[in-house]
Formats: sequence, C-alpha cells, structure tokens
Amino acid sequence: MTKSNLTRRGVLKTGAVAGAGVALPTIFTASSAAAYTNEPTGSSVTLGFNVPQTGPYADEGADELRAFELAVEHLNGGGDGGMMNTFSSKALKGNGILGKKVEYVTGDTQTKSDAARASAKSMIEKDGAVMISGGSSSGVAIAVQGLCQEAGVIFMAGLTHSNDTTGKDKKANGFRHFFNGYMSGAALAPVLANAYGTDRKAYHLTADYTWGWTQQESIAAATEALGWETVNNVLTPLAATDFSSYIAPVLNSGADVLVLNHYGGNMVNSLTNAVQFGLRDKIVNGKQFEIVVPLYSRLMARGAGENVKGILGSTNWHWSLQDEGSQAFVKSFGTKYGFPPSQAAHTCYVQTLLYADAVERAGTFNPCGVAEALEGYEFDGLGNGPTLYRAEDHQCFKDVLVVRGKENPTSEFDVLEVVEVTPRAQVEYAPDHPMFAGGNLGTCNPGA
Amino acid sequence: MLGLNKKDTTLLIIVAALTLLAPFILNPFPTESGLAQFNAGYPDLMQRFVIFGIFAIGFNILFGLTGYLSFGHAAFLGVGSYSAVWMFKLLSMNVIPAIILAVIISGLFAVLIGYVSLRRSGIYFSILTLAFAQMSFNLAYSVLTPITNGETGLQLTLEDPRVLGQSATADGSIPVTNLFGAEMRSTYEMAVGPWAFQFNMGYYLCAIIMLVSFYLAIRIFRSPFGMMLRAIKSNQTRMSYTGLNPRPYTLAAFVISGMYAGLAGGLMASMDPLAGAERMQWTASGEVVLMTILGGAGTLIGPVLGAGFIKYFENIFSKINDNILHGWFAFMPDGLEDFVVTILHPFIGKGWHLTLGILFMLVVIFLPGGLVEGGQRIARLFRGKKSDDKSDEATQSTPAE
Repeated sequence: MTKSNLTRRGVLKTGAVAGAGVALPTIFTASSAAAYTNEPTGSSVTLGFNVPQTGPYADEGADELRAFELAVEHLNGGGDGGMMNTFSSKALKGNGILGKKVEYVTGDTQTKSDAARASAKSMIEKDGAVMISGGSSSGVAIAVQGLCQEAGVIFMAGLTHSNDTTGKDKKANGFRHFFNGYMSGAALAPVLANAYGTDRKAYHLTADYTWGWTQQESIAAATEALGWETVNNVLTPLAATDFSSYIAPVLNSGADVLVLNHYGGNMVNSLTNAVQFGLRDKIVNGKQFEIVVPLYSRLMARGAGENVKGILGSTNWHWSLQDEGSQAFVKSFGTKYGFPPSQAAHTCYVQTLLYADAVERAGTFNPCGVAEALEGYEFDGLGNGPTLYRAEDHQCFKDVLVVRGKENPTSEFDVLEVVEVTPRAQVEYAPDHPMFAGGNLGTCNPGA
Repeated sequence: MLGLNKKDTTLLIIVAALTLLAPFILNPFPTESGLAQFNAGYPDLMQRFVIFGIFAIGFNILFGLTGYLSFGHAAFLGVGSYSAVWMFKLLSMNVIPAIILAVIISGLFAVLIGYVSLRRSGIYFSILTLAFAQMSFNLAYSVLTPITNGETGLQLTLEDPRVLGQSATADGSIPVTNLFGAEMRSTYEMAVGPWAFQFNMGYYLCAIIMLVSFYLAIRIFRSPFGMMLRAIKSNQTRMSYTGLNPRPYTLAAFVISGMYAGLAGGLMASMDPLAGAERMQWTASGEVVLMTILGGAGTLIGPVLGAGFIKYFENIFSKINDNILHGWFAFMPDGLEDFVVTILHPFIGKGWHLTLGILFMLVVIFLPGGLVEGGQRIARLFRGKKSDDKSDEATQSTPAE
C-alpha cells in the first residue's frame, strides 16, 4: 500500500546520504597523542569523587565527600594540613600535586553498579579526572574498578569490605586501603570466643551481594574454626528496609547468636528489628542470646541508637584512637565540620593522600608510575599504625579494631569503645588464600 | 525517498543531521568556561542518548500505536544486556554477534511474556508485565546469580574463553569491544579554538543503528500493519466484531518493541561490557514510560526527545554540587549568595529527581502532547495567524495517536 516512486535524483540522493553516513565514523578512528588517559596539561589536576548520595549508604557517602573536600583543601595548602604532618612520607608540600592545583568533581553512585559506572565515565570523559575514588558498596567498587582498569585511570577504593575487591575481582589499576571480610573474621573470632564461649550456634542474616557473601563466608569460617556451629544463612535484598520477616524464624531455629552481615541503613533497620523482637532478652540453650555486627561504623551505631549497646563488631578506624595521625585528622575534620569523622571518611581521606603522595614520589600522574609507587609501599602516621600496600593484590595490611557499643555514651558521637587492637600479623593471609583465589591482577593500563 | 513521503523524509533527515552532528550541538560552551558544566557532548552521555532513544522508539511502537501500556520493558533491556555480555565472554569481543544474540533472546522473551500478558488489556496487562519484569529482576538479582552475577553485575574477566577472540591481550588486560577491529571506545578529539569536540566510534555505531531503527519505526507507523495497531487502540471491540482477531497484531507489536529494547540493551553492553540487575528494575521500566510521555506518545520523534531530556537531567544536573553553585553566585553579597545556594540546593545534585518531577508535571499539565506539542506551538507562533489553517492541517496529519 506504500507508493514508491523511484527517480534517478531520489536514488542518487539516497545513495549519497547513506554513503556519507557509513563513511563518517571511519575518519574519527585516529586516537589522540597523550601518553596516558587525561594527562593533566594545565595548571590543575582533576580528581573524581564518586560517592552514594542516595540509597542505603547515603550517610557514609556524605561523610566520604566531607573527607575528600578536606583532603583536597590540605593538599592545596589550606587548613592545618591534617595528617599530612604526621604522614611518614614527606613528599607532599601543600602546593597541590606536582605543583598543580587539585580540583575535584563529584557524582552520585546511587549504590547501583550501572549508575556508578555512568557517573565515573562522565568524570573520566567529560571532566578529565585522572583518578577516581569513593564508593560505599563493594558491588559498586568492583564495577567502577573494572571501568577504571579499562579506561586507564587509577581507582582508589573507598569503603569496600568484600574479599573480592582485592580477591577474585582485583585489578592492576585498583587499590584498597580499607580492611576486608577475612580480616574482620580473623580479628573478631577470638574476641567472640572469649566473650561468648566456644559452644555457640550462629544464625546469619546476609546482605545479598558480593560483600555480604564474602563476609558471611569469612565470619563463618573463622568462628567455626573455634568451635561454633553455623545453623543457617539467610540472604536479604540490599534494598530491604524491613527485616521483621527475617527475624521471626531466628527464634525457632535453635540459634543463640545472630550475626548481621549488614551495613549502613540495612544494619540500622535489621538491628532495630531484632532488638524490638526482644532477641537480646532471650535465653536459648541455657545461654544469653547475643547479636554480632561484624562490620561496624560510628554512623550506623548512631543510627541504631540505644540498640547497639554491648554489641561487638570490627572497624577499620575509630576517631577515639590516641595516635598522632588520628588525633590530627579528628582535629582538622572537627574544626571544619563540627563533629568527628567516620571510618568511611578516614579511609577516603587517607586514600586521597596516598594517591597524591604516590604521584609526588613517582614524579608523574601516569597510572603505571603511580601503581609502581604504591606497590609494596610501607607507611605510617595515617591512623592505623605501620601499614603495607601489598604488591600482589593491592590490599593494605594494618591493625584491625574490635569495638563494642558503649553502655554509657558521653555524647552522641561517643557510641563505640575499642575492645582490642588486633595486630596486623594475626589478620594477614597469603595472596592465593582460597577466599581470594581466582582473580588476576593483569597489568597496569595507562589508557590512550 | 526510501518509500517515505516528503514530510517523513524531512523528519528522517533532520534526525540524521541532529544525531550525526551531536558532538557539535551538545558542546556549545568552550571547555574552560563556567558553562562547560552543561556540555553534554561526551561519548558516554551521547551513547546513552541514542541508546535510550532506541529503547523509547520501540516502546512507542507498542504504547503509542496500540495503547497497551507495558510496565515491564526494562526486563527486555536487561535480557539483551546479559546476552550481549555472555557473547563477549564466550565468543569474541566483536559487537555484531552480541547485538544479534541480544535481539534474538529478548525477542523470544517477549513472545513468552507477551503471549501470557496480552490475554488481558488495560490495567491488568500493565500489572502482568510489571510482575514479569519484577520477577526477572529478582531472579537476576539473586536466584540466577551463576548466570547474572547478582548485584555486582556480570563482568568480563581475564579467564573468559572467548573462543573466536583472545582471552587477554598481549599486555595482559581484557580486550575491548570492537567492530571488526575498530574499538568502540576510540575517540577522536578535535580542538577548535576554546572548544573541544569528541567523536567516538561507539557513538557513531549507536547513532547509525538508531537511525535505522527510526526509519523502521516510520515504516511501521505508515504501514497497513500500523493502521491495524491504531485500530486496536481506538476500539478493539469493534475490530473484533468486524471479524479481525487483534491478538496476533498486538503480540507482533509487543515482540517488535521487546526486540527494540533488547537491541538497546545489547548496545549498552557493547559500549560498556557490564550488565547489572538494576537495569531490569521497575524504576527503569517506569523511566521509558516517562520518556515516551514526556516527548509525546504516539509521535515519531517524541520518544527520542524525551529520552534525551531525561538522560540529560540524570547526568548533568546530578553532578552540580554546592561548590559549583557558590562559584556561579560568587558575584552576590555573601549573605545573599548563601541564601540562593540554600534555596537551590534541594534541586541539584541528588535532588535532580525533584527537578525532573516538577518539569514532568509542568509538561503533562500544560503540554499534554509532550515536548512535540511544545515544538508545534512554537512553530505555529512563528508562522503567525496567516497560515493557521495550513499548520492545523499539518499537525493533524501527524496524529498524536
């Protein structure tokens, strides 16, 4: 029913347009001459801070952003310099990085891999970011790390606790300062055995993604080695906000310990539900029922309020630490924002300084040079004691803190107390440990 | 030309010009200027514009023509992405087999879901498609983790077989997606004075596929088949009484639009080889409905405009932070500056949803025909009263439904 009237002119026009359309892309295939992706040529260098501003980890994201802003201020010579004064390396002089003023762009990961990658891509392609940092979810961190590897920029992971980030999904361009699930298990298990005995039955509620899986695996393995029994492991969706339907079956399972492999808003909600159900007042198998939160943060503890009292967990860093570096950081963060920083803020601040320092020592922003400067690097004075960036998997090794919700908090920030500082030797593992096996670092990619 | 009447040919040529010259059009501000914030001419966003354009064009074939409102189209997008990534993992990094498989698998999926859902119409149909999509999302998110890698998303690794390609490049990294050797990510930068324009291989592949899809959509709109679909929308009962069975037509439309969605998903994976479950979530399905309505349901160009509009907000407005605002209003006295920034704060950064919501409401209230109607009104304004009759006729010959 369509009328076709072929004319010579029509055919010629069509042919010309189609030909032009097909030929067009071929003239654009030449690549630019830069030595590596987003080589900073002007008087400034741009860093990309990609944090969750919406979703279950939004609180952590907001605190990370504050830390990034503080770090940039210190790198550019503003403020009191914070941990730059206590850092064992003295390469940073407060005049930016390699004399270039540090600028930054921000984005929202929405705690979704897709959105995070889109945001990181726009930072790399549009804003010319030479390093991407941030993230409060391991799923996102792994996705963005993969992107940075492909694009040829450095990824300095923020808060990501999954074993996979530096395990089976490790990448040559990605670096993690934060600790991981295995370290939590190794640090926490002896303390749990001391406090609750070696004859316990544990019930796990686990956030259903890479972090939850690997942390649950690590905690279960570490506690089972000390005689505990794992009764059940139930996976919960990351987007869940009400956990009551998951809590009820715990009572009938015969378990006497509930392990909440949750973080951020998830943990606040699940812990509140568990306490409302009266789990902590129950006596099961002749023993007091206990709740454990393997990965703790001050922001979560504050969100959960009264409910965290007496609950054990592990953390990467806490503002009440008395070493020089932590004190300096808490002081400058407190001066700027009026409250102490969280562990998410700490790790992001430290990662930014470590990146800047590595660039200074390497004398270039080239990702391969930076990676080389970071690999096997020993440093101190950043709040965790002597720390090693291991070359084999780009994971930092340092002491791990075991903490407990304070019974009598003196302020709304003073909600956790440090029970034990687990020495680094106790949480170390071989790079080919079964929980971390299967990955391949590959080689560093400078892009372009 | 190409079996189109003069008006449609003009439309196709305009769309072709807009997409092919997009790197210039979307980068109107010099890179160093303060307004560079609003430039959208970087490869990732341009790719998104045309890919979601394809998605919305396909959705419009179903919604715009038959009036069946599917709330589960994101499922096909996700299925397409997963198929394409699996192709990259197993076969080779060439995008052609990946895109073909994506279209086929999502087509099969659409036959299955469409066959069941199309037994009902109206709100029941919408609910059924929504249910299927949420089911697919939840399966991808947890149960089917071995296939979809759950929340982390399906990614390429160095251990993938890639039987027709290579597992790893000589320097030990994952090979990149390409079209017979032309890398999707290769970008040519052209500096003209203070401006910088980026021409990306992947974008032009997507753009050409989008133009082909757009052309196909025009042909469908103008074909007897399209007429049949419009008949279903205007009165299905009457159509049945005249002895025509509407179901094969609706199913065909559903499958075609599902394949368009699969094509979009396959292209997304080709540009960035990762497939995440959240691509299938109901919010993603809702987004394409918004795109179509915002642009103008039932019009040819509307969905493409709507897709561009929403993606622009998502990517540009969400990246404006307080610092940038302070930069803009630095000329004001301090107190006033802080005040203005406080007022604007909820609408930028993470508040982009709010801004978009307000604009969506304004469009629906004042321009029920979407952005296309806005364009027509402006055009009429310019042409003045003299040609009023004529332009009325013109708008009627491109009926909104």
